[in-house]
Amino acid sequence: MDLTLKIWRQKGPQDKGQMVEYKVTDISEHMSFLEMMDVLNESLVAKNEEPIAFDHDCREGICGMCSLYINGEAHGPDRGITTCQLHMRMFKNGDTIYIEPFRAKAFPVIKDLVVDRMAFERIQQAGGFISVNTSGNTQDANAIPISKHNADLSMDAAACIGCGACVASCKNSSAMLFVSAKVSQFALLPQGKIEAADRVRNMVSQMDLEGFGNCTNTGACEVECPKGISLENIARMNREYLKASII
Amino acid sequence: MTTLNSRVPEGPIKDKWTLYKDKINLVNPANKRNIDIIVIGTGLAGGSAAATLAELGYSVKAFAYQDSPRRAHSIAAQGGINASKNYMGDGDSNYRLFYDTVKGGDYRSREANVYRLAEVSGNIIDQCVAQGVPFARDYGGLLDNRSFGGVLVSRTFYAKGQTGQQLLLGAYAAMNRQIARGKIEMFNRHEMLDIVKIDGKARGIIARDLISGKIERHSAHAVVIATGGYGNVYYLSTNAMGSNATAAWKIHKKGAYFANPCFTQIHPTCIPRSGDYQSKLTLMSESLRNDGRIWVPAKIEDAKAIQQGKLKPTEIAEEDRDYYLERRYPAFGNLVPRDVASRAAKERCDAGYGVNATGEAVYLDFKAAIHRYGREQAKIHGISNPSEEKIIELGEGIIEAKYGNLFQMYEKIIDENPYKTPMMIYPATHYTMGGVWVDYNLMTTVPGLYCIGEANFSDHGANRLGASALMQGLADGYFVLPYTIGDYLSDDIRTGKIATDTKEFDEVEKEVKDRLEFFINNKGTHSVDYFHKKLGLVMWNKVGMARNEKHLKEAIQEIQEIREDFWKNVKVPGSLNEFNQELEKAGRVADFLELGELFAKDALEREESCGGHFREEHVTEDGEAKRDDKNYAYVAAWEYTGKPSEAILHKEQLEFKDIELKTRSYK
Ligand SMILES: Cc1cc2nc3c(=O)[nH]c(=O)nc-3n(C[C@H](O)[C@H](O)[C@H](O)COP(=O)(O)OP(=O)(O)OC[C@H]3O[C@@H](n4cnc5c(N)ncnc54)[C@H](O)[C@@H]3O)c2cc1C
Ligand code: SF4
Ligand code: FES
Repeated sequence: MDLTLKIWRQKGPQDKGQMVEYKVTDISEHMSFLEMMDVLNESLVAKNEEPIAFDHDCREGICGMCSLYINGEAHGPDRGITTCQLHMRMFKNGDTIYIEPFRAKAFPVIKDLVVDRMAFERIQQAGGFISVNTSGNTQDANAIPISKHNADLSMDAAACIGCGACVASCKNSSAMLFVSAKVSQFALLPQGKIEAADRVRNMVSQMDLEGFGNCTNTGACEVECPKGISLENIARMNREYLKASII
Repeated sequence: MTTLNSRVPEGPIKDKWTLYKDKINLVNPANKRNIDIIVIGTGLAGGSAAATLAELGYSVKAFAYQDSPRRAHSIAAQGGINASKNYMGDGDSNYRLFYDTVKGGDYRSREANVYRLAEVSGNIIDQCVAQGVPFARDYGGLLDNRSFGGVLVSRTFYAKGQTGQQLLLGAYAAMNRQIARGKIEMFNRHEMLDIVKIDGKARGIIARDLISGKIERHSAHAVVIATGGYGNVYYLSTNAMGSNATAAWKIHKKGAYFANPCFTQIHPTCIPRSGDYQSKLTLMSESLRNDGRIWVPAKIEDAKAIQQGKLKPTEIAEEDRDYYLERRYPAFGNLVPRDVASRAAKERCDAGYGVNATGEAVYLDFKAAIHRYGREQAKIHGISNPSEEKIIELGEGIIEAKYGNLFQMYEKIIDENPYKTPMMIYPATHYTMGGVWVDYNLMTTVPGLYCIGEANFSDHGANRLGASALMQGLADGYFVLPYTIGDYLSDDIRTGKIATDTKEFDEVEKEVKDRLEFFINNKGTHSVDYFHKKLGLVMWNKVGMARNEKHLKEAIQEIQEIREDFWKNVKVPGSLNEFNQELEKAGRVADFLELGELFAKDALEREESCGGHFREEHVTEDGEAKRDDKNYAYVAAWEYTGKPSEAILHKEQLEFKDIELKTRSYK
């Protein structure tokens, strides 16, 4: 395949960025999207130009490091996957592809397509944990039975990889899906119940401090989430938050 | 020959760890806050260590090259984590886990360490459950288990196909709690580039802030390396793209011995490679072997027709299939350990029976399992005389519940539906059993310098059984290191802050800066990846799944040549003081180019076949690996003296007092 790429280039956080056009040829449909980017970067290095910076690590859809806004969609046109799992067979010979960083006020650009998602870290530090000592003196694991249903739901929420696609695809740049996934994981388990009210209050107020927008129930986040995190989590978080505000 | 002091405590194996803990020196809680510890790496090993050390009261600085601890490569582990809980009542015990691990590792691990690992394994599960890790449960609400290659009991705990992710999120949450309290200072997007020693002791590091490019000095009373494995020396592997050996290699150059570098694990169930552009290989969890049957066509003409795309696997009759693992290893069948399964696949493919276009793949078939589960479900739901379609539908439902995300991943990559047509798999580099040499305290040969998790060598011998790396990482970080490090640090309570404006820091910082400047100023002709791929090919072809003297000697020569070429002709665009991913890669590949040579040298030295190390000169009559316990029951610990070719071999003789050395047979 031969493709035209329009890629966002930005030297640093303070610099003004712009779209730059590149051509790539001989792209195999079996390549992943990031392998296509590797091919482009190799050719840039050969020409003594700076390769395009983009985040990635595991390349199997689990670390949450890769991002990219492709043709106006976070993680590109396929559903339920990350950019590193996107294959070139989703595109056609001659296509023009627009590649931009995840855009949100709370995710400043570091360089080119790399953004800073530290806001997510600070939200988790505000309460995304169970305050248990790591001494190894905990009770036997089977002393805390958990219904399979709840364990599975908790797992589904915990599957969030913290990629930020939900924020990037939301017209308000809201982080509700991410935060609610984290809150739900614990809300569904008996462990850590005692601090549940503090947890949700602290995480939500940190989320607001970071400059994420409000949720207006559009649902774009759920559509673009590579891990199928469900909007039900937002409802659950709202319930938790309401409960916490009453007590 | 120097004997290494492994500091294994006296006493019966069952009591060693308890007796040792009773006698160890402790640091008073009030003094702990005056002691700084640097932890490099925040995967399962580093993350759990950082959290626990901070919890104990030490001041911790943690470093990771990713933007968040939770993105460490541990996140990718799919299958599960072992523990000897005997919840299933199938006869598991600490001793059995210990026995399986030592045997599975082909008797090249240290007994005392492995016993301790088994002993704390149950505790890991308790700890993780308390942290809110959503492990799989049965309908009664209790923890569920699955079984993994190389063992006869069901002791693997799991969280869907995302066990590593969930365990890491647990350790990450524990870290977050300490970060919030100010007990851990987290340095994301920072890469450790070298270690600083003062009076022979590890006292700090030089790191690069990957965003600004700034070179930083950090001091501490002890340094812990938890930077994972070096599988990316092969270029293509199941490891994350950024996984690297830099920290381990830099400490090796500064005095830490490097042990058993040639012990690599080749994992049998990966998605086969498809082209030259490929950047990594994807693992399909080993748990699939619980239900999948592995086969190739029994007739060579069928294999040829499949390779040419003229025949489909579903068109091959049952009697024309060769379930070669079940045929060769009736006791363990498809669940033989990874080294055995990998070699058996290679053997069939080398003989011409491979099933993809390049002949480098075998089938992993779920048809039988789908039928079995389907019939079982029909009974459970009271459906009498279910139709074939109904059975398949019900069976696929169960398979989906168990492995749905893996099947989906496979379909995305290969573009074929694995419920309907068997998966194709092939072995790939996955895990490195070798690593930095450590004693029972997990301390390297440099005082005050520790190494934990995949980066060290200690627990897995020549082959790692499935689900035991996660166990080791968390055992080291939560339960072992936090004790043993106190013993060393109890001497440091009066030392005070370590200054960073000393000549030792000046010198190492200069070395680091010179190297980085060299890369930027060297106006070469080839990219970093060009060299990495070349190295990878030599490693795979000549130091891969099967090795021989001729190839190893050639490999050493070729790696030296690639290295020379690299230092002459590498090209790194951009500048020093900015976010520069090519520069990061250059440093990592430079280190792989040295490690690769030591790897081949170690393989050449070890004249036996054992675990992941298979020397073609040493095989039994029926083609199995032939170990030589008389001459090679030792750990090869290499001392750096200026060049990998001149490294000096030290031997730690291994003793097997509690487990009899036996030929490892899975027949
Ligand atoms: C695909 C896959 C599946 C697996 N499945 C299983 C399984 O089911 N069960 C099992 O037991 N094991 C499994 N393993 C093995 C297991 O995941 C690893 O061995 C284990 O997670 C390693 O943990 P670690 O903490 O030692 O290192 P890692 O998790 O690799 O962490 C390394 C850390 O070091 C940091 N780092 C590296 N270099 C530097 C540097 N120079 N400066 C600063 N930071 C640095 C990184 O940022 C990272 O934080 C699997 C491995 C893979 C690849
Ligand atoms: S909720 Fe989904 S889109 Fe948002 S960070 Fe988590 S995985 Fe990514
Ligand atoms: S690179 Fe890890 S999720 Fe894409």
